[in-house]
Amino acid sequence: MPDVGLESYRSDARRYDELLDSDGHVRSHWRALIHALTADDAAAVRHGVETSRRLIVENGVTYNVYADPQGRDRPWILDPLPVLLTGEEWREIEAGVAQRARLFDALLGDLYGAQRLLADGTVPAELPFGHPNFLWPCHGMKPHADRWLHVYAVDISRSVDGTWWALADRTQAPSGPGYALENRQIVSRVFPDLLNDAGVRSLAGFFLALREHLLLATPEGEVPLAVVLTPGAFNETYFEHAYLARQLGLPLVHGHDLSVRGDTLFLKTLAGLRRVHAILRRLDDDFCDPLELRGDSALGVPGLLGVARAGRVMLANALGSGVLESAAWMGFMPQIAERLLGEKLRLPSVATWWCGEPAALDHVLEHLPDLVIKPAFPNQRFEAIFGRDLTPDAQLELRKRLERRPHAYVAQERLAFSQAPVWRNGPSQPNGFAPRAMGIRVYAVATPTGYVVMPGGLARTSSDAADVVSMQRGGGSKDVWVLERGRRVAEEPPAAAGAAHGIARHDDLPSRLAENLYWLGRYSERCENKARLVRATLDVRANAAFWPTARKTCEHFTPMTLFEDPKGLGLKADLARLGWCASQARSQLSAENWRAIGVMQRDFQEAARAKRDVRETLDALLLSLAALAGYALDDMTQDNGWRMLIMGRRLERLQFFAELLSRRLQSGATPTQNELEWLLDIGDSTITYRTRYLSLPRLTESIDLLVFDQSNPRALAFQWHGIERTAVRLAASLGGVPDDALNASVTKVRSLQLAGLDGASPRAERARQNLAAQLEELRQSAARLSDRLSLKHFSLMDASVRVITA
Amino acid sequence: MKVTQRYRVTHETVYHYGGNVAHSHQLLHLTPREFDRQQRRAHVIKLDPAPSRRHDALDAFGNVETRLEYDAPHDRLAVRSEMQVEVSAPDHAGVGSLEWRAVQNLLRFSGDPPNAAVLEAMRYRMESSYIKPKHVFADYAADCFDAHPDLLGAAAALMTKIHREFKYAPGTTHIRTSALEAFQARRGVCQDFAHIMIACLRSLGLAARYVSGYLRTTPPPGVDSSWVGADASHAWVSVFCPPLGWVDFDPTNDIQVGTGHIVVAWGRDFGDVSPLRGIIIGGGRHRLSVRVSVRAE
Repeated sequence: MPDVGLESYRSDARRYDELLDSDGHVRSHWRALIHALTADDAAAVRHGVETSRRLIVENGVTYNVYADPQGRDRPWILDPLPVLLTGEEWREIEAGVAQRARLFDALLGDLYGAQRLLADGTVPAELPFGHPNFLWPCHGMKPHADRWLHVYAVDISRSVDGTWWALADRTQAPSGPGYALENRQIVSRVFPDLLNDAGVRSLAGFFLALREHLLLATPEGEVPLAVVLTPGAFNETYFEHAYLARQLGLPLVHGHDLSVRGDTLFLKTLAGLRRVHAILRRLDDDFCDPLELRGDSALGVPGLLGVARAGRVMLANALGSGVLESAAWMGFMPQIAERLLGEKLRLPSVATWWCGEPAALDHVLEHLPDLVIKPAFPNQRFEAIFGRDLTPDAQLELRKRLERRPHAYVAQERLAFSQAPVWRNGPSQPNGFAPRAMGIRVYAVATPTGYVVMPGGLARTSSDAADVVSMQRGGGSKDVWVLERGRRVAEEPPAAAGAAHGIARHDDLPSRLAENLYWLGRYSERCENKARLVRATLDVRANAAFWPTARKTCEHFTPMTLFEDPKGLGLKADLARLGWCASQARSQLSAENWRAIGVMQRDFQEAARAKRDVRETLDALLLSLAALAGYALDDMTQDNGWRMLIMGRRLERLQFFAELLSRRLQSGATPTQNELEWLLDIGDSTITYRTRYLSLPRLTESIDLLVFDQSNPRALAFQWHGIERTAVRLAASLGGVPDDALNASVTKVRSLQLAGLDGASPRAERARQNLAAQLEELRQSAARLSDRLSLKHFSLMDASVRVITA
Repeated sequence: MKVTQRYRVTHETVYHYGGNVAHSHQLLHLTPREFDRQQRRAHVIKLDPAPSRRHDALDAFGNVETRLEYDAPHDRLAVRSEMQVEVSAPDHAGVGSLEWRAVQNLLRFSGDPPNAAVLEAMRYRMESSYIKPKHVFADYAADCFDAHPDLLGAAAALMTKIHREFKYAPGTTHIRTSALEAFQARRGVCQDFAHIMIACLRSLGLAARYVSGYLRTTPPPGVDSSWVGADASHAWVSVFCPPLGWVDFDPTNDIQVGTGHIVVAWGRDFGDVSPLRGIIIGGGRHRLSVRVSVRAE
């Protein structure tokens, strides 16, 4: 067939070409795709590229160091052209990966048990004992169900003859399966028909197997609870942790969400302590238990090792499994496979020499220019070096290093990665296909019947023609299609998530998340109240009679200087707090909601930097805050987390208005026209007042509107009804009785006579004072209710965790 | 004739917390271990308040490890370890150690099955969290090893050199000071002296372990008690010296260990055997007091 559209794509004799055969023809399993892409014109592909970029931004897919609202996220890079592999090719990879998983599981069992391989000289003791992730406290441990390795990944690539090689093994907490799934979901929206027609194997089964495997750890009669443990929002793959947790339908938790009591691990939830049966961990193993594993850190879960030792929690993967993440193991894998499984290694490792063996060291020193030198242990400050890049002096230096501490270094053959087409477009170059070096990360998960390999994976490409494939270095990623005619075809997009919803329980919400949602609600509302207050106050600046009072009242709540807030009492500081709470509760917020918060923060900071007009800034801010209120009402599942958010909003608004009104009414004289207008403005009720009463504001009517009118979302009555309803629903969901801290003072306020508030008579004044006192009492009960909620639902959160050694 | 010495040791640690500790986990290495040179006649750990849970087990290095959990609020914790032990002197009469180069070779991977003693020693030959082998350590020790081909002699010379060139200065280092930091500061306490000596030995491809325990102190004349208020537990170094086995050196005092040292636990460094280690939740600032008494009987 004519290879239209491929003019810019060139084979490279030194590499295997995924797309073209040795005669320069498109390989048969690529033909349908290439044909479809080149049939019309490049516009289709370009459109696909644009769609995938848009989807990445919209879905908030990031790979970043700081996942904060300041916007330091780096968008994930996905090339929409998949890598295609035939079912036949795949079966060989599949068998090889499953075997390696089995082998590493057995190897961990030996290293943390009898250490037979060390005693018989198969494996140098330096390898485990010199590795910082060999955790002596785990020695002698029997992991849950005798399984060490639950999730395994291996980076593979192929040499020029088409043979696949293992380049690096991931045995601790393999990153990337979530990205692989996200890539598939995006690509399947870009090329829905292609995916169907080509017979691409679905990834969904892998995630279902993972979820099932994690829930398998539950003893008879208990409600299963498995969690995803993340180091937090600052981790470079945090997006993936959150995404994976959502896809698997499991809570995403931090170390301090968990607590060990006796031999049992618990999640601190809104409903109290709930037993956790399994952890899919993305926290490095030496950080998992500060009591036994790492002297200098209070991160992790104190006592976790004890629970694991008692076999009462499944850790995927077992603590200490990181010891196998070193290139030094690779040279020994064939012997280990023989010894532990009695099998030949199906997926060989790239040729590797551990320099601790005198013969290997001699070989390495002799062939330095052909080799890559790597550290044997991950905590060494030594970057991989290509021997051929070294000056004679540097080579000498390296030789000295190797001779002084040979056991700390590994040499590997340089593998010329295979190449695959990516879609290239940009201002400086013509659109079209371009070749890029490529490797694939393949995943396996343990099941009762053996390891299951994800049919596909995460392909990563170099940013240029170099052989370095890594997201950190700016390369891209690709979806991997395993073609199997006649087998399951189309992707069911939210496959795992759909299944998950049936079991996810509302009361699994970690207390920390609930607390952050509550405060997100409060700070959103606080910002809005302050913004309204400052804006309304600035508007009466010209009114010489009223301005001093208005200003004084305003400053009781917040400084009027918007951009200068040295004491952290104003809007600026509250916005930052809002952002922090949001970042902590990110897994509960939609991508749009999260982005809206980020944009709001950026806009405000920009306004502060540019010293923009205050009034204008406040208008923009109030618009953004209104959008947040919209998200709160319309964009969230109405579960207990949402209830905490709404509770926070209602309580904050109640306290603010009760205080504002009571302060004013205490002060004696009946409020002037201007003052009432000002109050209505702050309460966003000016228009309602005008349409309802068709008159200039009077106190009685204003109070009716701002306090008693249940249909006015700004009125106190609206808040206390909302609070009561939410408390009832929380209690119904979590058990117990609704908190009634507010009831008595609400009843008192309601029983007040509205008439007779206006006027200068002593009676009217007494009525106003009385109302002020009742409102103040209401405010205090609201504060009390807030404290009680914290005590009841958030008190499990620990104020300070410290390590003390003597 | 076998030289033995009996001791009665009391090691008391009291934490006064500034506020209530709501929940805590503690890990103790306070039980003297038994081995060929040492017998444990009696031992008890008294705890006030009593813990919610207690669990005793052997750790990976064969030390007795006690895990405690407190789930009721408390603002004070007193841990009192009382023991009676019998220590005998090492018996090296007429036997020397191998040359250190031979020991280096013995500890190097050859593909042949290593013997059990060598495999055991390998645990203490590599890097650990407080002790990262570096060229500077090997260079520092070089003259001692050039002058003494036999390991016993070289280790003794190294001990003497460290004792002479490093200043014993309590308060200048802390519990998390690494071997390298102490080495660069040229000062420290027994923990640091031990770490530095181990770092030198491991940098040369030899195996050495960290020993925590107590040192016999002679009471001043006229005082009816041997409480040494400032003194906590002691630490020194054990060197793998085949065919003798493990030989102990105390670089803080420049002495080879006889019957004056009582062993509690050993590991790769302080981190493996810290006497008390706790994770506390709440509690505010804390005050700590430690008293150790060692009485020869």
